[in-house]
Amino acid sequence: MTARRPRSFYFLATLLGLFIVFLYAPMACVYILSFQGPNGGMSFPMTGWSTHWYEVLFGGTGGQGMGDIAASFRRSIRLALIVAVISAIIAVSAGMAYRRKFPGSNFVFYSAITSMVLPGIFVGFGIALTFNLLGWRVNWFTSGIGAQLTWTLPFGLLIMFIVLGRFNPSYEEAATDLGANARQRFTDVIVPIILPGIIGIMMASLTSSYEETARTQLNVGTGNTMPMEVTGLLTASATPVLFAIGTVTTLFSFTLVGLTIFALSRLAKRRTMRTAA
Amino acid sequence: MNLALKQDPAEISPKAPKLQQATMGHRFDAELVAVTKRYGPGAPAVDDISLRIPRGSYCCLLGPSGCGKSTTLRMLAGHEDVTEGAILIHGTEITNKPPVERGTSMMFQDYALFPHLSALDNVAFSLKVRGVAKEERRNQAREYLELVQMDHLAERLPNQLSGGQQQRVALARSLITRPKVLLLDEPLSALDPFLRIRMRAELKRIQKELGISFIHVTHSQDEALALADLIVVMNDAVIMQAAPAREVFETPANAFVARFLGGHNVIRSEGREVSVRADQCRLGRMPGMRALEGVIGMIEYQGTQVRITITKDDEDYTVLMDAPTYFAQSPEIGEPGVMSWEASDEHVLG
Repeated sequence: MTARRPRSFYFLATLLGLFIVFLYAPMACVYILSFQGPNGGMSFPMTGWSTHWYEVLFGGTGGQGMGDIAASFRRSIRLALIVAVISAIIAVSAGMAYRRKFPGSNFVFYSAITSMVLPGIFVGFGIALTFNLLGWRVNWFTSGIGAQLTWTLPFGLLIMFIVLGRFNPSYEEAATDLGANARQRFTDVIVPIILPGIIGIMMASLTSSYEETARTQLNVGTGNTMPMEVTGLLTASATPVLFAIGTVTTLFSFTLVGLTIFALSRLAKRRTMRTAA
Repeated sequence: MNLALKQDPAEISPKAPKLQQATMGHRFDAELVAVTKRYGPGAPAVDDISLRIPRGSYCCLLGPSGCGKSTTLRMLAGHEDVTEGAILIHGTEITNKPPVERGTSMMFQDYALFPHLSALDNVAFSLKVRGVAKEERRNQAREYLELVQMDHLAERLPNQLSGGQQQRVALARSLITRPKVLLLDEPLSALDPFLRIRMRAELKRIQKELGISFIHVTHSQDEALALADLIVVMNDAVIMQAAPAREVFETPANAFVARFLGGHNVIRSEGREVSVRADQCRLGRMPGMRALEGVIGMIEYQGTQVRITITKDDEDYTVLMDAPTYFAQSPEIGEPGVMSWEASDEHVLG
């Protein structure tokens, strides 16, 4: 077989290669530089290898312009988990509601989706101003969660619409036929079938909440979230500890993704495993 | 499987009128009384149809797509509201009752097996939602899987089963609710032709074994003729003819039924519209027989028979002749052809 690939193949393959280099090479730099020697700077060349900057990072607030990374990490995770759960609940409820047309459904849909395209900084600013106007204090638990939801929810909604759009309505009719009531239909049929979608929404919300700053920064009140802390560090200090933070957070994200994939494949496996029984 | 065993009164939910059924002796398993379904302004999907299905019948609703047969079935199942009219099952009106209180069970066209549950748990689902304990419901489900010969694959997930196997599981899942009437929505359409013929024999066997009525929606004439005690031919939202298979085939009520069932020629003869079975028509002019002249448009060899199409005035007429007669005559496409038939074989259409 002498099937020659067309020239466009090589062009596109090169483009993809460049894109991958562009995407991952800078990250690789960050990982490498995080092992910079104690006297090294923020750029190449490396002056020896050490885990010095990790020691600084985990050693707490040791004088290098370091904020309280651990506390802001905890704040971010707590926020992200709550936002993920709320997003999933709202997205599933909305998805269920939208399977039927109701008056004003288009308006509600578009107004929810619009917040995807609104500039985040102004959404955040607007929320903060409104709180101020009403004499409320911005607080991570109120304005913070609210601001983040304006960002995570539209994505969650879209995912859910797609998942439920592909949901075969005869599953539900079959369940009704077999005597299931509305609650049983939901818990025993719909939720198990759309579960991968729900997990997807939670993951998407978790990660986008974790890295969001534009909407969050004016609305979390006292105490920084992780991205705010890092941004702060970028201006305040210029040591490779930043790279150590970058490496640790990347590891964290990958662990999260890995765990999700593991959980989903376990779910799939447990279902097929029963064949053997 | 001993089906009598399943009648254990302890297992019957208090609402199920088993005793009443025994004493009242209903005549019809299902009745439609002037049932109409409208989805909006315009022509109704089902227009004022009435139908009675005797006890223990295999009834086929037959018609082209969009004729209202599936809507009729879904109204029987309670998945579609009835706009006007009434539906009775075993002599009891159930027009507005929820599906589970009707004594019907529906088998869906795509089977609608729950993808996250094993075959066994799919079958046990209706018992689970009624709160039957796990062991008990699994034991019962296993018996129904035995009935459809699927007990050896009880732990498989639906996507690990073939189409025919999925259908058997779907059947077991419907039957475990002990329906008075089983509703089947084009149950064989997703299967390959070979399997289709095997499964339809199986459906008939199970229907006879259980003694309940099956109402089976199909657009296949062969399927209806092979299965049905009662064929209901529908078109344009109304019933064209409802009669036993033989009666429908031998004495179609009108030109639509004759044409839709196939194997008939609809001819204008002596100023009336008549149907003549294609296998009773001959090729060539015969003394004392009525005749129609045209051109041979198509010849299809079908093994035992040969199907010859004669075209006249843009109308096609069919002669089914046995293979030896065909080879003796050896007509050719494009030649003039004459179709003859006995006047006594004409059936006058309404």
